[in-house]
Amino acid sequence: MSRREKTWWWIAGVVILLYCLFPIAWIVSLSFKDPSDISNQSFLPTTFTGVNYSEIFTGTASDLFLPALRNSFGICLIATFISCILAMFAAYAIARLDFPGKKLILSTALIVAIFPVISIVTPLFNLWRQIGLYDTWLGLIIPYLSLTLPISIWTMSAFFREIPWEMEQAAQVDGATTWQAFRRVIVPLAAPGVFTTAIIAFFIAWNDFAYGISLTSTSRARPVPAALGLFSGASQFEDPTGATAAAAVIVTIPVVALVLLFQRRIVAGLTNGAVKG
Amino acid sequence: MTSTTLPTREKTPPVSAPPRGLSDRSKAERKLGWMLAGPAFAVMLLVTAYPILQAVYYSLFNYRLTDPDNRSFIGLSNYGVVLTDALWWQALAVTLFITVVTVAVELVLGFGLAMVMAKALKSLRPLLRAVILIPYAVITVVSALGWKFAFDIDTGFVNHWFSWLPGISAETDWFGGQWSSLAVVCLAEIWKTTPFISLLLLAGLAQVPDVLQEAAMVDGATWWQRLWKVTIPNMKAAIMVALLFRTLDAFRIFDSIFVMTAGANNTETVSFLAYRQTISRVEIGLGSAVSVLLFLAVVIIALGFIKGFKIDLAQARGER
Repeated sequence: MSRREKTWWWIAGVVILLYCLFPIAWIVSLSFKDPSDISNQSFLPTTFTGVNYSEIFTGTASDLFLPALRNSFGICLIATFISCILAMFAAYAIARLDFPGKKLILSTALIVAIFPVISIVTPLFNLWRQIGLYDTWLGLIIPYLSLTLPISIWTMSAFFREIPWEMEQAAQVDGATTWQAFRRVIVPLAAPGVFTTAIIAFFIAWNDFAYGISLTSTSRARPVPAALGLFSGASQFEDPTGATAAAAVIVTIPVVALVLLFQRRIVAGLTNGAVKG
Repeated sequence: MTSTTLPTREKTPPVSAPPRGLSDRSKAERKLGWMLAGPAFAVMLLVTAYPILQAVYYSLFNYRLTDPDNRSFIGLSNYGVVLTDALWWQALAVTLFITVVTVAVELVLGFGLAMVMAKALKSLRPLLRAVILIPYAVITVVSALGWKFAFDIDTGFVNHWFSWLPGISAETDWFGGQWSSLAVVCLAEIWKTTPFISLLLLAGLAQVPDVLQEAAMVDGATWWQRLWKVTIPNMKAAIMVALLFRTLDAFRIFDSIFVMTAGANNTETVSFLAYRQTISRVEIGLGSAVSVLLFLAVVIIALGFIKGFKIDLAQARGER
């Protein structure tokens, strides 16, 4: 590659870096601005300050933010766990066993994945009020499964199809039952795929806003994205912009950490699930 | 022949037991298959089919949550009310506008990103592939807030930075008008979702056989010719899948609208309209009708794609 060409690839790479990081840098910068400095019209704060962070962790905004953070972690982890367990069995059956209805299950997953969330919210809003699930963890975990389960089934069955299944047969030849072969041989081989699926499912649950804002009303179950949406509207503290930015930075940290730690797996998971020729 | 693709590999049929009668083993396999996949299948139906049927039912009633005693069956009147209201058509037009603009830009931009990532220098590649995931992983609400604050007349820096452009000054109120608001909404959407498209396209690029590229190069095809005659035809499946998913996703846009404009200045989308009718105005009947119409619109788009472009999703995903 010529020197000139090399320079161009470098520039293209740097442009992509800027593209991806610039808006994040802006929110971080905003979160360090003093409320009186928010409208300074420039990208960086005049002086860096941590007041926004103390506002959301110990100040008046902590009543809104801290319970929301706890709810988000709890609800998303439980929903991810349940959908991974269910998807694991389903994906094993799809990848491994020959039974009618395989196509039906995959098509159902596809239809559920393209389902408009708002169409589900409307009836659930009324139903949850009647049966007492409104504003509870369970009332969000159940609809979150509609987000996480289809993608889990897809991603996992794509991973499971690449497992060397001869090893299972070898185990069966050695006298193991189908179930034993699954548990002793396949589970360890499948673990990376399950783990990747769990990360992607967690991202999707963590990202939800529509269910969070519609099916909760108090800090009992309200997740972080919904709380962030309300920050800007609430007038309980003077200028919510800085505090909102600080809260936005805090909820972005876990996903960025996961991305940086497991990027290879996540890319494989995302593309395996969708494109496989 | 306008494009060059490799002949499809012949698929060897899976080896299975002879068709007459089911052996005990394959019977057991069927049973186990449904035992393992059944729960997931049942949960999926429970969390979607049931609510949508309930929505269809509610949509046939005049039903307001604050006035439950006056609930009455009114047949399809709610649909009549919605479909003759300018609000619905306005929301549909805005939604279609956002969908077409964002998906078109994302496809072109995503393709460019994928090309750079595929060809980038070895030293940069791992970094790029990690960083490209960040917009995908960031919460939509956070991205929407970031872009909103950047363009906001009080908190933003955009007006200040671009004041040398005609039409932009310190007083430019981006969220004061329909077109400028929609422009910022589209920008935020494009930023957030282009990386996902580019990853799908990158996977598609990897499937384009090198032999074809080399053959075309030997035959003296230019870069442009190779792009249109070799690369794109060979990754059609990946492009179609990316297009289908992003279109359906864009059509359901809700979070960004809620956070950035809250539907002000005629920027309401179909999802936001359904939300406002049901949750804010507690018009369960009317809101359900909008929800059902939204669902039907998504089904029509999906079917249009699958029939129109003959996408066999099962095949694209490696199913047989």
